[in-house]
Amino acid sequence: MELKLHIDGENVTAQIDRPGESLLQTLRDRLGRTGSKNACEQGECGSCTVLLDGDPVCACLVPTAGCEGRDVKTVVGAVPKPVRDAFVACGAVQCGFCTPGLLVSVADLLAREDDPSDPQIREALAGNLCRCTGYEKIIDAVHHAAEASR
Amino acid sequence: MTALRAAGAVSTDRPIIFYRPTETADALRFLAERPEAVPVAGGTDLMVGVNYRHIRPEAMLDLTAIVELCTWTDEGTAIRIGSGVPYARIVAELATALPGLAAASRTVGSPQIRNRGTVGGNLATASPAGDAHPPLLATGANIEIAAPEGRRTVAIDDFFTGPKRSVLRPGEIITAVTVPKAAGPQQFLKVGTRNAMVISVCAFALALDLDRRTVGTGIGSAGPTPLRALPAEELELPWAAPAGLTDATVERFGDLVAAAARPIDDVRGTAAYRRHALAVCAARALRRTWRAAFEERSAEWN
Repeated sequence: MELKLHIDGENVTAQIDRPGESLLQTLRDRLGRTGSKNACEQGECGSCTVLLDGDPVCACLVPTAGCEGRDVKTVVGAVPKPVRDAFVACGAVQCGFCTPGLLVSVADLLAREDDPSDPQIREALAGNLCRCTGYEKIIDAVHHAAEASR
Repeated sequence: MTALRAAGAVSTDRPIIFYRPTETADALRFLAERPEAVPVAGGTDLMVGVNYRHIRPEAMLDLTAIVELCTWTDEGTAIRIGSGVPYARIVAELATALPGLAAASRTVGSPQIRNRGTVGGNLATASPAGDAHPPLLATGANIEIAAPEGRRTVAIDDFFTGPKRSVLRPGEIITAVTVPKAAGPQQFLKVGTRNAMVISVCAFALALDLDRRTVGTGIGSAGPTPLRALPAEELELPWAAPAGLTDATVERFGDLVAAAARPIDDVRGTAAYRRHALAVCAARALRRTWRAAFEERSAEWN
């Protein structure tokens, strides 16, 4: 089955061969777009977070076959520079595996809230796990990015 | 990983059976023609099973483009929520009309899960731990089910038949849930190991109806199905002189809720702990709603 998707600003054609294939598998294994990370495949960790028509979702839980003509933004296309710079400046990256998913969630949060409080940040990032437990620096980075974006 | 790559390397034009209709009638026709097809809405339960190869659907029916399922409407005394409306929208759009369901929706998973997961999916899965179920029980919601021969409405009290079992039959689709608008304060309390991404250890919903002077209850994760605590609902409360609500009455209410639960020991908690936590949650919910109704003199309820 052939599908047309709009990914990170490009029109992309994907071939899939089973109805249950996840968007994450299509992105990584078919299209070589490895920005979205595969960790749990059950929506627990948020490492594969992408924006689907603007909403953050776990790509591992989305059947690709339902995405014909839809807009997908991965860490490559979803994240404004101030957000990326803030993660670097604040040391909000340890092993880095959770970072792409977190960046997408933070980009979404800051698009809705230009000055989020700590509780708002914690709720917005509740679906992104950092196994290095570097959460404090991640929260610092969100404040930093918010300030830089205003 | 090797296996995945190998599978990915096989390029094929073989048509796969995946149908994404915009009309409920087309979805029902497809299910009738292909009984093996697996319906999917948010995918937050189903896709986990697919990813872990517990199920390998030969055909899938994607419900997310069916217009009727993706909208909610104000029906006067109730809100009719299309089965495919995601939790995120219930939190954002229905917190005033349906505070209990909105509070429960806010505790579901994470933002990513709430953007996809739906009340219809929660009902179809019929897990005793489904977060939407206690507030639906506490408010007396109705489930609308479409079948090839027509539509039927099932009261939430009659919907669940066992763990992950319901009256939903093969070939049928849940189209909507109709929830009476709040007629008083409502609460939803959920016990888990953190504030996100937990399957509840136990949960409790309470809805005060100030017009009818009734209390509605719903218990989650503490029985083979979600349950109501009927003896607690029948407890006499001092409606005529609300200041007379005593600690003893509140504790009695909590004990009656705990007694109505039918919990088991499992990986998330023991039956004894669940009963204890339910008594605490129920007493807390009654105090909070009573205070909101009668002490804070909330303009909304007067």
